[in-house]
Amino acid sequence: MRTVDLIGSAVSNTFRSKTRTILTILAIFVGAFTLTLTSGLGTGINAYINDTVTSIGAADVMTVTKTHESATGVAADGPVEYNPDAIASGQPGPPGSTVVALTPIDLDTIAGIEGVNDVVPTRSISPDYIQAGDGTKYVIGVGSLIAGQSIQLEAGTEPDDSATDLQLVLPVSFVEPMGLGLAESAIGGTVSIAIMDAARTQHVIDATIVGVSEEGLASPTGASLVPNTALNDELFDTENIGVPADEVQRYAQASVFFDTAATDDEISALKDRLTDAGYTGSTVADQLGMFKTVIDGIVLVLNAFAIIALLAASFGIVNTLYMSVQERTREIGLMKAMGMGNGRVFSLFSLEAAFIGFLGSAIGVVIAMLVGSGVSSALSGSLLADLPGLTLIAFDPVSIAAIIVVVMAIAFLAGTLPAARAARADPVDSLRYE
Amino acid sequence: MPIISVRDVHKSYGRGQNRFDALKGVSLDIHKGESIAIVGKSGSGKSTLMHVLALLDAPSTGTVELEGVDTATLRGGKLNRTRNKTFGFVFQQFFLTGNSTVLENVILPLKIAGAGRSERRRRGHAALAQLELDDKARSKAVNLSGGQKQRTVIARALVNNPRIIFADEPTGNLDTATGAIVEDILFALNRENGITLIVVTHDEELANRCDRRLFIRDGLLVEDSAAVAA
Repeated sequence: MRTVDLIGSAVSNTFRSKTRTILTILAIFVGAFTLTLTSGLGTGINAYINDTVTSIGAADVMTVTKTHESATGVAADGPVEYNPDAIASGQPGPPGSTVVALTPIDLDTIAGIEGVNDVVPTRSISPDYIQAGDGTKYVIGVGSLIAGQSIQLEAGTEPDDSATDLQLVLPVSFVEPMGLGLAESAIGGTVSIAIMDAARTQHVIDATIVGVSEEGLASPTGASLVPNTALNDELFDTENIGVPADEVQRYAQASVFFDTAATDDEISALKDRLTDAGYTGSTVADQLGMFKTVIDGIVLVLNAFAIIALLAASFGIVNTLYMSVQERTREIGLMKAMGMGNGRVFSLFSLEAAFIGFLGSAIGVVIAMLVGSGVSSALSGSLLADLPGLTLIAFDPVSIAAIIVVVMAIAFLAGTLPAARAARADPVDSLRYE
Repeated sequence: MPIISVRDVHKSYGRGQNRFDALKGVSLDIHKGESIAIVGKSGSGKSTLMHVLALLDAPSTGTVELEGVDTATLRGGKLNRTRNKTFGFVFQQFFLTGNSTVLENVILPLKIAGAGRSERRRRGHAALAQLELDDKARSKAVNLSGGQKQRTVIARALVNNPRIIFADEPTGNLDTATGAIVEDILFALNRENGITLIVVTHDEELANRCDRRLFIRDGLLVEDSAAVAA
């Protein structure tokens, strides 16, 4: 029998007992539908994270801190020995954490490590408040952009680092409370930033709003203003008025720039060299990796449920085909008497199972894509309106194709049991069967 | 040279206490173009003999030669091709697929043989025309009368131009008039096309229309009309 005829026969046999086939297809449909939605969820969220990678950090930068032997603050498990160089950590972590400060000597050491193109210390600036005219004073942080990073702007432009006037980008959530009206109308306005120097004298610095940033899940700065270099320098210098010169240059962390074309191996080699020198380096990918691991873990659990549904459905296939083999015993015997080989009989029934799997998964995938697109567009307009750019359930062709192939493979495997029984059947016994 | 040559064939089923000897040493020659009736009561071993002759079952001991070839040497694909090209089957219970069309049923052997779509259609219609069933080609098999069903089965047996047709109680499920028509068709094929006809029956009248009658009792060939005549 030709393979094309074999497939044709398998397809037409599928529709011989319509009710039974449809019920089996429905069982597979449920599994494929669930699997498509859960993997769509993973695709959507991970795509959102990838889209915002450039805003979290550039690909050729890593954050370097000095390796600290003992944890402090809530992470400490006993009295910690005093370290004169310890300062408050700029990294996310448990409250009270300290890191060992980086000094200009450290920066020189890091700059001398092979593979490091440039070292830029991260300045920590803590203004007291921000105010527009005589409006309410609000607490705000100061974030900074490094080369390659971008912020998602609601209005205006990014701060111009080459400009000499003092510019900043304000988070959109501050615009209305500060009495600046809409995002567009805030552009060009002037705000006052108050900052305390080392002698506890408060200075007020005026700066111009050039942009309003969106709030994203992974905004680089959170609820922070982003200054241009001129404003950053002004704020840093003001904050350090009265600090002894040798104490000014102490940084919690620094950004290390490396070759844009560096491979993962080269990056991890660079990290090893930093570790040998007594520093800890972590790239944006490392930090994102944790995010993604958590999401992948959740999606994996959800997928496991969908797979369980598919396994249950596969028993349905086994049952359907066993009944089919039983009903068609004489037909099988006849085909064998007419010279149809055991292998072809096996293929006929396995193909029938795979076709049932294909129908169930194709229908499940198509309906899941419709439902998923509908749900995510409905949610992005209501519940998730605060996360612009997030498509909660997204579909990529590769994983959709993979789902169909996996379901067909499961169906095929389920079909092998009845198909093997059909292939083993003795033509004489089959023809006698009443 | 005989088309089928059977030498001292034994066939037993089961083991030990449950052992049942269906054939206990049968030898016979069948020549091309003969019409042969295998006659016996149920349980006599006549069906087993037919299955052995049609290569559906291998003998426990003894040899079956098909055109001088020991069939024990045929295995797998070769055995399947031999069955497909050499034999046609007509069964008492028809074994038609009810929901398929008459044409689909008839071309099944060609499909198994791997013939192309247009060839299958052409030869299927030719076989149906030969049995005056061409107008029923598109009907579902389940909607046919008994006589039409058995003619469809004969068309199916004929479609691959077999050299031997095995008919197992071909008129068993038909009334006398219809049965007579089916018999006429089978004997006409035997006479005009030179197809060797092997009929398994316990119907004396049908057996008497054959050139030669083989009487089987308790697994033994008790009487061969050719031997008696000779």
